[in-house]
Amino acid sequence: MKVDKELILKVATNARINLKEEEIKEFISQFKEILDSFSKLNEVNTNNVKPSFHPIDIKNVLREDVVKGCLSQEEALSNAKNKKDGYFKGPKVI
Amino acid sequence: MNIKEFTEKIRKGVISVEENTSSVLKEAEKINKEYNYFNVISKDLALNQARELDKKLKNGFKGRLAGLPISIKDSICVKDVESAAGSKILKGYVPLFNATAVQKAIDEGAIVIGKTSQDEFGFGGFSTNAGIGFKIPKNPFDKERATGGSSGGCAGFSSITKYPHVSLGESTGGSIVNPAAFCGVAGLSPTYGSVSRYGIIDYGNSLDKIGPIAKTVEDCELVFDVIKGYDSKDSTSSKEDIKKDNKIRKVGIIRESLNVDKEVKEVIEKTINKLGFDYEYVSLPISMKYGIQTYYLIAPTEASTNLAKFCGMRYGAEEELKGNFNEYFTRIRSNNFGKEAKRRILIGTFARMAGFRDAYYIKALKVRTLIIEEYRKAFKKFDVLVSPTVPILPPRFSEINKLTIMQNYMIDILTVGPNLAGLPHLSVNAGFSKKLPVGIMFTANHFEENKLFNIGKRVESIN
Repeated sequence: MKVDKELILKVATNARINLKEEEIKEFISQFKEILDSFSKLNEVNTNNVKPSFHPIDIKNVLREDVVKGCLSQEEALSNAKNKKDGYFKGPKVI
Repeated sequence: MNIKEFTEKIRKGVISVEENTSSVLKEAEKINKEYNYFNVISKDLALNQARELDKKLKNGFKGRLAGLPISIKDSICVKDVESAAGSKILKGYVPLFNATAVQKAIDEGAIVIGKTSQDEFGFGGFSTNAGIGFKIPKNPFDKERATGGSSGGCAGFSSITKYPHVSLGESTGGSIVNPAAFCGVAGLSPTYGSVSRYGIIDYGNSLDKIGPIAKTVEDCELVFDVIKGYDSKDSTSSKEDIKKDNKIRKVGIIRESLNVDKEVKEVIEKTINKLGFDYEYVSLPISMKYGIQTYYLIAPTEASTNLAKFCGMRYGAEEELKGNFNEYFTRIRSNNFGKEAKRRILIGTFARMAGFRDAYYIKALKVRTLIIEEYRKAFKKFDVLVSPTVPILPPRFSEINKLTIMQNYMIDILTVGPNLAGLPHLSVNAGFSKKLPVGIMFTANHFEENKLFNIGKRVESIN
């Protein structure tokens, strides 16, 4: 696996994180160390083994489609600074 | 005084809740200046709760945790108290609800005294990865050393306080038992699904659990009994009961786990010999050799999706809405996440990107299956598995700074296995070496916490 500036920037862009030059340098060398270690997993034979997304069996939890109590609009907005007319206000989309 | 004795005195009116609470708060404020165990001390809330409880007690209230001061890890939501998970990006966030575990404790009369310090979002094994603007807790036995992590504040204050007290910590890969070991106290990471996860500020959904940290196993047991149980608000909550059977017929010593520092090994072997159970060595080759890599693929992958919601809208850090949405989200995230948070987001984002997902994330999930099977096989023969909790004595901050990333992650080598498999595990102080505490860890099968309490109390009785 080739770890270079291009890869780090691609990952960082996907993650919506801007990196400074010195952070990029640091992450390149750290990613090399980390991916090198991860490659050890290739020693383990996992043919016909199913992935475990959870440690125990998890089933879908459903409930009757009835209205239950929820936060008021005012409560829901109480932690937001950017708000207007009872709505969250976000940045420009287009 | 243990919690049972303390709450008995509260219920009988021998101790006033308000007086006791105000003494604990004073102690917490004083200790905090020196050791940084709290991100927030919730003085007003605690005193109000205390006054109300004193009134309720006069009317016959019999809560099992009556008047007990509890501290809560910053990553667990407490109504009306800033809950930031130790991160600048959540600074100012005040939950409108209590986590179910917190609510259950309050319903039994517990008094919330504050939110404890931690690695940002739980990303660390030393509590040194505090978020931007947050303080790093110091070990109660030596201020030059780490408390362990990520629930460092929980364990540090549990160790140092002179008062009856329990903390609610949170573990993803070892964050309850690790600091409990480094601070010389008891900590239980329960079976995944046995305690509601509603109200945790998520790190990794398939791994996060809430559990108690306290001075003794008995105190952990009592609080676990209060906070456990099915919760319809948590879709991963289990309806299965904790098994009553606490008999220990056979104990398995994890062979690979004794390949640790000499000082740790000596204390652990001495304790095992003194306990005098029927022992046999057991090997967990996949868990011990590949657990770290498996964990550090799965946990950051889940974290990278969980942390996607932090983008400068609705709660936490916000700025003037300049630029388009991508520019705004990127600016907020870049300015407010700490270094380790960025690192784990990048690792996780990488591991689930098209082209890499099967080779990294899915591969790790398959190895996880093998780790789960390895433990399942061991529990056919053994009631409890034993190992040190952490491979080293609490390190100095200067030593931690010199570690490479993978060396740093290796601190979790003995704890990631039970966390990946959702197994309950308990750390108890086994003694001291060079005046520093050493923790012994017991792991049991799902819902067999009672076996852990049984053997944990035996350790305390011989020490």
